[in-house]
Amino acid sequence: MIALLIRDVRLAIRAGGGFGLGLAFFLLVAVIVPLGVGPEPSVLARIAPGILWVGALLACLLSLDRIFALDYEDGSLDLLATSPMPLEAVVAVKSLAHWLVTGLPLVLVSPVLGLLLNLEAAGYVWLVASLALGTPALSVIGAFGAALTVGVKRGGLLMSLLVLPLYMPTLIFGAEVVKRGAAGLAVGTPLALLAGITAGAVALLPFASAAAIRVNLR
Amino acid sequence: MQVNDLAVARGGVAVLEGVTFRLMPGRALVLRGPNGIGKTTLLRSLAGLQPALAGEVTVAAEAVAYAAHADGVKAVLTVAENLRFWAAAYGTHSVAQALEAMNLEALANRRAAHLSAGQKRRLGLARLLVTGRPIWLMDEPTVSLDAASVALFAGVVARHLGTGGSALIASHIDLGLEAEVLDLTPFKARSPAAGGRLGAFDEAFE
Repeated sequence: MIALLIRDVRLAIRAGGGFGLGLAFFLLVAVIVPLGVGPEPSVLARIAPGILWVGALLACLLSLDRIFALDYEDGSLDLLATSPMPLEAVVAVKSLAHWLVTGLPLVLVSPVLGLLLNLEAAGYVWLVASLALGTPALSVIGAFGAALTVGVKRGGLLMSLLVLPLYMPTLIFGAEVVKRGAAGLAVGTPLALLAGITAGAVALLPFASAAAIRVNLR
Repeated sequence: MQVNDLAVARGGVAVLEGVTFRLMPGRALVLRGPNGIGKTTLLRSLAGLQPALAGEVTVAAEAVAYAAHADGVKAVLTVAENLRFWAAAYGTHSVAQALEAMNLEALANRRAAHLSAGQKRRLGLARLLVTGRPIWLMDEPTVSLDAASVALFAGVVARHLGTGGSALIASHIDLGLEAEVLDLTPFKARSPAAGGRLGAFDEAFE
Protein backbone atom coordinates (compact mmCIF):
# COMPACT_ATOMS: atom_id res chain seq x y z
CA MET A 1 0.00 0.00 0.00
CA ILE A 2 2.87 2.32 0.69
CA ALA A 3 4.16 1.22 -2.70
CA LEU A 4 0.89 2.36 -4.27
CA LEU A 5 1.13 5.72 -2.49
CA ILE A 6 4.70 6.21 -3.70
CA ARG A 7 3.71 5.18 -7.22
CA ASP A 8 0.77 7.56 -7.40
CA VAL A 9 2.69 10.51 -6.00
CA ARG A 10 5.55 9.75 -8.39
CA LEU A 11 3.17 9.54 -11.34
CA ALA A 12 1.65 12.89 -10.38
CA ILE A 13 4.94 14.68 -9.94
CA ARG A 14 6.67 13.41 -13.08
CA ALA A 15 6.04 15.09 -16.40
CA GLY A 16 2.43 15.05 -17.52
CA GLY A 17 1.09 13.99 -14.14
CA GLY A 18 -0.91 17.15 -13.60
CA PHE A 19 0.85 18.20 -10.41
CA GLY A 20 0.69 21.98 -10.11
CA LEU A 21 -2.44 22.28 -12.22
CA GLY A 22 -4.68 22.82 -9.20
CA LEU A 23 -2.09 24.99 -7.52
CA ALA A 24 -1.74 27.23 -10.58
CA PHE A 25 -5.51 27.51 -10.86
CA PHE A 26 -5.82 28.50 -7.18
CA LEU A 27 -3.13 31.12 -7.69
CA LEU A 28 -4.85 32.50 -10.78
CA VAL A 29 -8.19 32.85 -8.99
CA ALA A 30 -6.60 34.78 -6.13
CA VAL A 31 -4.71 37.05 -8.52
CA ILE A 32 -7.60 37.69 -10.91
CA VAL A 33 -10.38 38.36 -8.40
CA PRO A 34 -8.88 41.66 -7.12
CA LEU A 35 -8.51 42.78 -10.73
CA GLY A 36 -12.15 42.03 -11.45
CA VAL A 37 -13.68 43.22 -8.20
CA GLY A 38 -11.50 46.28 -7.78
CA PRO A 39 -8.72 47.03 -5.31
CA GLU A 40 -10.90 48.34 -2.48
CA PRO A 41 -9.44 46.66 0.65
CA SER A 42 -12.71 46.50 2.61
CA VAL A 43 -14.53 44.70 -0.23
CA LEU A 44 -11.68 42.25 -0.73
CA ALA A 45 -11.44 41.53 2.98
CA ARG A 46 -15.17 40.75 3.06
CA ILE A 47 -15.12 38.31 0.12
CA ALA A 48 -11.69 36.77 0.81
CA PRO A 49 -12.87 33.74 2.85
CA GLY A 50 -15.45 32.73 0.28
CA ILE A 51 -13.19 33.30 -2.74
CA LEU A 52 -10.33 31.35 -1.19
CA TRP A 53 -12.56 28.39 -0.40
CA VAL A 54 -14.28 28.42 -3.81
CA GLY A 55 -10.85 28.62 -5.46
CA ALA A 56 -9.56 25.66 -3.46
CA LEU A 57 -12.66 23.63 -4.24
CA LEU A 58 -12.50 24.24 -7.99
CA ALA A 59 -8.75 23.61 -8.01
CA CYS A 60 -9.42 20.25 -6.38
CA LEU A 61 -12.16 19.46 -8.89
CA LEU A 62 -9.80 20.04 -11.83
CA SER A 63 -7.61 17.03 -11.18
CA LEU A 64 -10.25 14.57 -9.99
CA ASP A 65 -10.84 12.71 -13.23
CA ARG A 66 -7.20 11.61 -13.24
CA ILE A 67 -7.58 9.57 -10.04
CA PHE A 68 -8.96 6.46 -11.74
CA ALA A 69 -9.36 7.31 -15.43
CA LEU A 70 -5.66 6.97 -16.29
CA ASP A 71 -5.42 3.62 -14.51
CA TYR A 72 -8.59 2.48 -16.25
CA GLU A 73 -7.32 3.40 -19.70
CA ASP A 74 -4.00 1.57 -19.48
CA GLY A 75 -5.48 -1.50 -17.79
CA SER A 76 -3.83 -0.93 -14.40
CA LEU A 77 -7.18 -0.68 -12.65
CA ASP A 78 -8.09 -4.24 -13.69
CA LEU A 79 -4.74 -5.42 -12.39
CA LEU A 80 -5.09 -3.45 -9.14
CA ALA A 81 -8.55 -4.94 -8.65
CA THR A 82 -7.13 -8.47 -8.99
CA SER A 83 -4.12 -7.73 -6.78
CA PRO A 84 -4.02 -8.81 -3.12
CA MET A 85 -4.77 -5.25 -1.96
CA PRO A 86 -8.44 -4.78 -1.07
CA LEU A 87 -10.05 -2.35 -3.49
CA GLU A 88 -11.24 -0.22 -0.57
CA ALA A 89 -7.63 0.28 0.47
CA VAL A 90 -6.63 1.06 -3.12
CA VAL A 91 -9.30 3.78 -3.22
CA ALA A 92 -8.28 5.18 0.18
CA VAL A 93 -4.60 5.26 -0.77
CA LYS A 94 -5.31 6.87 -4.13
CA SER A 95 -7.44 9.53 -2.40
CA LEU A 96 -4.60 10.17 0.01
CA ALA A 97 -2.16 10.50 -2.89
CA HIS A 98 -4.53 12.95 -4.57
CA TRP A 99 -4.70 15.00 -1.39
CA LEU A 100 -0.90 15.00 -1.01
CA VAL A 101 -0.36 16.39 -4.51
CA THR A 102 -3.42 18.67 -4.69
CA GLY A 103 -4.96 19.49 -1.30
CA LEU A 104 -1.80 19.82 0.76
CA PRO A 105 -0.09 22.33 -1.59
CA LEU A 106 -3.29 24.41 -1.53
CA VAL A 107 -3.21 24.46 2.27
CA LEU A 108 0.43 25.51 2.26
CA VAL A 109 0.11 28.41 -0.20
CA SER A 110 -3.23 29.69 1.10
CA PRO A 111 -1.72 32.25 3.55
CA VAL A 112 0.12 33.93 0.66
CA LEU A 113 -3.09 34.15 -1.33
CA GLY A 114 -4.89 35.44 1.78
CA LEU A 115 -2.45 38.33 1.66
CA LEU A 116 -3.37 39.07 -1.97
CA LEU A 117 -7.03 39.22 -0.98
CA ASN A 118 -6.44 41.35 2.10
CA LEU A 119 -7.72 38.73 4.54
CA GLU A 120 -8.03 39.99 8.13
CA ALA A 121 -4.98 39.08 10.24
CA ALA A 122 -7.06 36.97 12.63
CA GLY A 123 -8.30 34.84 9.71
CA TYR A 124 -4.98 33.30 8.58
CA VAL A 125 -4.82 30.64 11.24
CA TRP A 126 -8.41 29.61 10.52
CA LEU A 127 -7.88 29.67 6.77
CA VAL A 128 -5.05 27.15 7.06
CA ALA A 129 -6.88 25.11 9.70
CA SER A 130 -10.14 24.93 7.74
CA LEU A 131 -8.41 24.00 4.48
CA ALA A 132 -6.27 21.39 6.26
CA LEU A 133 -9.43 19.89 7.77
CA GLY A 134 -11.65 20.27 4.71
CA THR A 135 -9.50 19.37 1.69
CA PRO A 136 -9.18 15.67 2.64
CA ALA A 137 -12.98 15.49 2.36
CA LEU A 138 -12.75 17.09 -1.10
CA SER A 139 -10.30 14.39 -2.21
CA VAL A 140 -12.32 11.49 -0.80
CA ILE A 141 -15.66 12.76 -2.13
CA GLY A 142 -13.98 13.49 -5.45
CA ALA A 143 -12.58 9.96 -5.60
CA PHE A 144 -16.14 8.70 -5.14
CA GLY A 145 -17.31 10.79 -8.09
CA ALA A 146 -14.36 9.59 -10.15
CA ALA A 147 -15.16 5.98 -9.23
CA LEU A 148 -18.78 6.40 -10.32
CA THR A 149 -17.77 7.75 -13.72
CA VAL A 150 -14.73 5.57 -14.40
CA GLY A 151 -15.05 4.06 -17.85
CA VAL A 152 -17.32 6.84 -19.11
CA LYS A 153 -15.62 8.53 -22.04
CA ARG A 154 -15.20 12.23 -21.31
CA GLY A 155 -16.86 11.66 -17.94
CA GLY A 156 -15.47 14.89 -16.49
CA LEU A 157 -18.68 16.87 -16.90
CA LEU A 158 -20.85 14.14 -15.41
CA MET A 159 -18.41 13.78 -12.56
CA SER A 160 -18.42 17.52 -11.81
CA LEU A 161 -22.21 17.52 -11.72
CA LEU A 162 -22.22 14.55 -9.34
CA VAL A 163 -19.49 15.87 -7.09
CA LEU A 164 -20.35 19.57 -6.77
CA PRO A 165 -23.50 19.10 -4.66
CA LEU A 166 -21.58 16.76 -2.38
CA TYR A 167 -18.93 19.46 -1.96
CA MET A 168 -21.41 22.09 -0.76
CA PRO A 169 -21.44 21.28 3.00
CA THR A 170 -17.64 21.31 3.08
CA LEU A 171 -17.58 24.64 1.24
CA ILE A 172 -20.23 26.26 3.44
CA PHE A 173 -18.70 25.24 6.75
CA GLY A 174 -15.12 25.79 5.56
CA ALA A 175 -15.80 29.34 4.40
CA GLU A 176 -17.83 29.96 7.56
CA VAL A 177 -14.85 29.03 9.74
CA VAL A 178 -12.64 31.56 7.94
CA LYS A 179 -15.33 34.25 7.93
CA ARG A 180 -15.98 33.92 11.66
CA GLY A 181 -12.30 33.58 12.42
CA ALA A 182 -11.48 36.76 10.49
CA ALA A 183 -14.24 38.61 12.32
CA GLY A 184 -12.94 37.41 15.66
CA LEU A 185 -16.01 35.30 16.47
CA ALA A 186 -16.11 31.79 17.91
CA VAL A 187 -15.41 29.14 15.24
CA GLY A 188 -16.10 26.02 17.27
CA THR A 189 -19.38 24.99 15.65
CA PRO A 190 -18.49 25.23 11.93
CA LEU A 191 -15.06 23.76 12.63
CA ALA A 192 -16.62 20.76 14.40
CA LEU A 193 -19.10 20.27 11.56
CA LEU A 194 -16.29 20.50 8.98
CA ALA A 195 -14.25 17.94 10.90
CA GLY A 196 -17.33 15.73 11.14
CA ILE A 197 -17.92 15.81 7.39
CA THR A 198 -14.30 14.93 6.73
CA ALA A 199 -14.24 12.12 9.27
CA GLY A 200 -17.48 10.66 7.93
CA ALA A 201 -16.39 10.91 4.30
CA VAL A 202 -12.98 9.37 4.98
CA ALA A 203 -14.52 6.51 6.96
CA LEU A 204 -17.41 5.62 4.63
CA LEU A 205 -16.78 6.72 1.06
CA PRO A 206 -13.86 4.38 0.22
CA PHE A 207 -16.31 1.49 0.57
CA ALA A 208 -18.84 3.16 -1.72
CA SER A 209 -16.11 4.05 -4.23
CA ALA A 210 -14.77 0.49 -4.27
CA ALA A 211 -18.28 -0.85 -4.87
CA ALA A 212 -18.75 1.62 -7.74
CA ILE A 213 -15.46 0.57 -9.33
CA ARG A 214 -16.36 -3.13 -9.06
CA VAL A 215 -19.59 -2.45 -10.93
CA ASN A 216 -17.83 -0.34 -13.56
CA LEU A 217 -15.15 -2.95 -14.22
CA ARG A 218 -17.62 -5.70 -15.10
CA MET B 1 -8.48 -25.01 -10.48
CA GLN B 2 -11.79 -26.67 -11.18
CA VAL B 3 -14.52 -25.02 -13.25
CA ASN B 4 -18.02 -26.54 -13.30
CA ASP B 5 -20.85 -25.64 -15.64
CA LEU B 6 -19.82 -21.98 -15.75
CA ALA B 7 -21.92 -19.44 -17.64
CA VAL B 8 -20.62 -15.94 -18.26
CA ALA B 9 -22.16 -12.82 -19.80
CA ARG B 10 -20.76 -9.77 -21.53
CA GLY B 11 -22.75 -6.56 -21.76
CA GLY B 12 -25.83 -8.30 -20.38
CA VAL B 13 -25.78 -11.08 -23.00
CA ALA B 14 -24.81 -14.61 -22.05
CA VAL B 15 -21.88 -15.67 -24.24
CA LEU B 16 -20.74 -18.99 -22.80
CA GLU B 17 -22.52 -21.66 -20.79
CA GLY B 18 -21.73 -25.08 -19.47
CA VAL B 19 -17.98 -24.49 -19.47
CA THR B 20 -16.35 -27.28 -17.49
CA PHE B 21 -12.66 -28.02 -17.20
CA ARG B 22 -9.98 -28.82 -14.72
CA LEU B 23 -6.54 -27.27 -14.58
CA MET B 24 -3.99 -29.33 -12.67
CA PRO B 25 -0.68 -28.06 -11.25
CA GLY B 26 2.06 -28.31 -13.82
CA ARG B 27 -0.35 -28.19 -16.76
CA ALA B 28 -1.32 -25.54 -19.26
CA LEU B 29 -4.65 -25.15 -21.00
CA VAL B 30 -5.04 -23.14 -24.17
CA LEU B 31 -8.43 -21.57 -24.88
CA ARG B 32 -9.38 -21.46 -28.54
CA GLY B 33 -12.39 -20.18 -30.38
CA PRO B 34 -13.44 -17.53 -32.86
CA ASN B 35 -13.44 -13.80 -32.00
CA GLY B 36 -16.29 -12.85 -29.69
CA ILE B 37 -16.81 -16.36 -28.33
CA GLY B 38 -16.03 -15.12 -24.80
CA LYS B 39 -12.41 -16.02 -24.08
CA THR B 40 -11.68 -12.67 -22.45
CA THR B 41 -15.01 -12.71 -20.59
CA LEU B 42 -14.23 -16.17 -19.26
CA LEU B 43 -10.77 -15.10 -18.09
CA ARG B 44 -12.16 -11.96 -16.43
CA SER B 45 -14.73 -14.05 -14.59
CA LEU B 46 -12.07 -16.47 -13.41
CA ALA B 47 -9.92 -13.53 -12.28
CA GLY B 48 -12.84 -12.28 -10.18
CA LEU B 49 -13.45 -9.08 -12.14
CA GLN B 50 -17.02 -9.97 -12.98
CA PRO B 51 -19.52 -12.37 -11.46
CA ALA B 52 -20.49 -15.54 -13.33
CA LEU B 53 -24.12 -16.06 -14.31
CA ALA B 54 -24.10 -19.63 -13.08
CA GLY B 55 -21.79 -22.48 -12.22
CA GLU B 56 -18.88 -22.64 -9.84
CA VAL B 57 -15.17 -22.06 -9.83
CA THR B 58 -13.08 -23.84 -7.24
CA VAL B 59 -9.68 -22.32 -6.77
CA ALA B 60 -7.32 -21.82 -3.84
CA ALA B 61 -7.39 -18.36 -2.27
CA GLU B 62 -4.84 -15.90 -3.65
CA ALA B 63 -3.62 -18.32 -6.30
CA VAL B 64 -4.50 -16.49 -9.48
CA ALA B 65 -2.57 -13.81 -11.38
CA TYR B 66 -4.26 -12.19 -14.35
CA ALA B 67 -2.62 -10.61 -17.39
CA ALA B 68 -5.09 -8.70 -19.53
CA HIS B 69 -4.97 -7.37 -23.09
CA ALA B 70 -3.64 -4.11 -21.68
CA ASP B 71 -0.34 -4.32 -19.86
CA GLY B 72 -1.02 -1.72 -17.18
CA VAL B 73 2.40 -0.23 -17.81
CA LYS B 74 2.93 3.33 -16.57
CA ALA B 75 4.76 5.32 -19.23
CA VAL B 76 6.50 7.78 -16.90
CA LEU B 77 7.93 5.07 -14.65
CA THR B 78 11.00 3.08 -15.58
CA VAL B 79 10.78 -0.63 -16.37
CA ALA B 80 12.22 -1.54 -12.97
CA GLU B 81 9.91 0.88 -11.14
CA ASN B 82 6.88 -0.58 -12.88
CA LEU B 83 7.87 -4.08 -11.84
CA ARG B 84 8.93 -3.11 -8.33
CA PHE B 85 5.49 -1.65 -7.68
CA TRP B 86 3.77 -4.91 -8.59
CA ALA B 87 6.30 -6.92 -6.60
CA ALA B 88 5.52 -4.79 -3.54
CA ALA B 89 1.76 -5.08 -4.19
CA TYR B 90 2.03 -8.87 -4.22
CA GLY B 91 4.41 -8.95 -1.27
CA THR B 92 7.35 -10.44 -3.20
CA HIS B 93 10.37 -8.22 -3.35
CA SER B 94 12.71 -9.32 -6.06
CA VAL B 95 12.37 -8.14 -9.64
CA ALA B 96 15.85 -9.14 -10.86
CA GLN B 97 14.79 -12.65 -11.85
CA ALA B 98 11.76 -11.41 -13.75
CA LEU B 99 13.84 -8.83 -15.61
CA GLU B 100 16.33 -11.51 -16.57
CA ALA B 101 13.70 -14.04 -17.58
CA MET B 102 11.99 -11.65 -19.98
CA ASN B 103 15.28 -10.22 -21.27
CA LEU B 104 14.58 -6.75 -19.93
CA GLU B 105 17.78 -6.17 -17.94
CA ALA B 106 19.26 -3.78 -20.47
CA LEU B 107 16.06 -1.74 -20.39
CA ALA B 108 15.61 -1.70 -16.60
CA ASN B 109 16.27 2.02 -16.22
CA ARG B 110 14.48 3.17 -19.36
CA ARG B 111 11.15 4.89 -19.05
CA ALA B 112 8.36 2.65 -20.24
CA ALA B 113 7.27 5.44 -22.60
CA HIS B 114 10.36 4.69 -24.70
CA LEU B 115 9.66 0.97 -25.05
CA SER B 116 8.39 -0.61 -28.24
CA ALA B 117 5.05 -2.42 -28.22
CA GLY B 118 6.77 -5.80 -27.96
CA GLN B 119 9.04 -4.63 -25.13
CA LYS B 120 6.00 -3.27 -23.27
CA ARG B 121 4.32 -6.64 -23.70
CA ARG B 122 7.41 -8.38 -22.27
CA LEU B 123 7.23 -6.02 -19.28
CA GLY B 124 3.53 -6.83 -18.86
CA LEU B 125 4.35 -10.55 -18.86
CA ALA B 126 7.28 -10.08 -16.49
CA ARG B 127 4.68 -8.79 -14.03
CA LEU B 128 3.29 -12.34 -13.80
CA LEU B 129 6.67 -13.56 -12.59
CA VAL B 130 6.84 -11.09 -9.69
CA THR B 131 3.34 -11.97 -8.46
CA GLY B 132 4.56 -15.32 -7.15
CA ARG B 133 1.09 -16.75 -7.89
CA PRO B 134 0.80 -20.34 -9.15
CA ILE B 135 -2.06 -19.96 -11.65
CA TRP B 136 -1.51 -17.56 -14.55
CA LEU B 137 -4.49 -16.38 -16.58
CA MET B 138 -3.25 -14.84 -19.81
CA ASP B 139 -5.24 -13.07 -22.48
CA GLU B 140 -3.51 -13.16 -25.87
CA PRO B 141 -0.05 -12.96 -24.28
CA THR B 142 1.85 -13.14 -27.56
CA VAL B 143 0.30 -10.11 -29.25
CA SER B 144 3.05 -7.87 -30.69
CA LEU B 145 5.83 -10.27 -29.66
CA ASP B 146 8.36 -11.34 -32.30
CA ALA B 147 9.29 -14.99 -32.83
CA ALA B 148 12.28 -14.83 -30.49
CA SER B 149 10.21 -13.25 -27.72
CA VAL B 150 7.46 -15.82 -28.18
CA ALA B 151 10.06 -18.56 -27.72
CA LEU B 152 11.45 -16.74 -24.68
CA PHE B 153 7.97 -16.45 -23.23
CA ALA B 154 7.19 -20.11 -23.96
CA GLY B 155 10.34 -21.01 -22.05
CA VAL B 156 9.22 -18.89 -19.10
CA VAL B 157 5.82 -20.58 -19.06
CA ALA B 158 7.41 -24.03 -19.37
CA ARG B 159 9.62 -23.29 -16.36
CA HIS B 160 6.61 -22.04 -14.43
CA LEU B 161 4.79 -25.29 -15.21
CA GLY B 162 7.89 -27.21 -14.20
CA THR B 163 7.77 -25.70 -10.72
CA GLY B 164 4.18 -26.82 -10.20
CA GLY B 165 2.47 -23.74 -11.59
CA SER B 166 -0.28 -23.79 -14.16
CA ALA B 167 -1.42 -21.53 -16.95
CA LEU B 168 -4.67 -20.77 -18.74
CA ILE B 169 -3.91 -19.07 -22.03
CA ALA B 170 -6.26 -17.54 -24.55
CA SER B 171 -4.20 -17.58 -27.70
CA HIS B 172 -4.44 -18.21 -31.40
CA ILE B 173 -0.85 -19.10 -32.05
CA ASP B 174 0.98 -22.26 -31.13
CA LEU B 175 3.35 -21.61 -28.26
CA GLY B 176 5.12 -24.92 -28.69
CA LEU B 177 4.09 -25.91 -25.18
CA GLU B 178 2.74 -29.27 -24.17
CA ALA B 179 -0.72 -27.98 -23.49
CA GLU B 180 -4.23 -29.27 -23.74
CA VAL B 181 -6.51 -27.27 -25.99
CA LEU B 182 -10.04 -26.32 -25.03
CA ASP B 183 -12.16 -25.14 -27.94
CA LEU B 184 -14.90 -22.89 -26.57
CA THR B 185 -17.12 -23.09 -29.67
CA PRO B 186 -19.34 -25.93 -28.31
CA PHE B 187 -20.02 -23.88 -25.16
CA LYS B 188 -21.51 -20.92 -27.02
CA ALA B 189 -24.61 -19.79 -25.13
CA ARG B 190 -27.98 -20.43 -26.75
CA SER B 191 -29.97 -17.32 -27.55
CA PRO B 192 -32.82 -16.59 -25.09
CA ALA B 193 -35.32 -17.33 -27.89
CA ALA B 194 -33.89 -20.85 -28.15
CA GLY B 195 -34.36 -21.47 -24.44
CA GLY B 196 -31.03 -20.02 -23.40
CA ARG B 197 -30.21 -18.02 -20.32
CA LEU B 198 -30.83 -14.30 -20.06
CA GLY B 199 -27.96 -12.04 -19.12
CA ALA B 200 -27.96 -10.49 -15.65
CA PHE B 201 -28.87 -7.12 -17.11
CA ASP B 202 -32.13 -8.32 -18.61
CA GLU B 203 -33.22 -10.20 -15.51
CA ALA B 204 -33.82 -7.00 -13.58
CA PHE B 205 -36.43 -5.99 -16.14
CA GLU B 206 -38.34 -9.26 -16.31
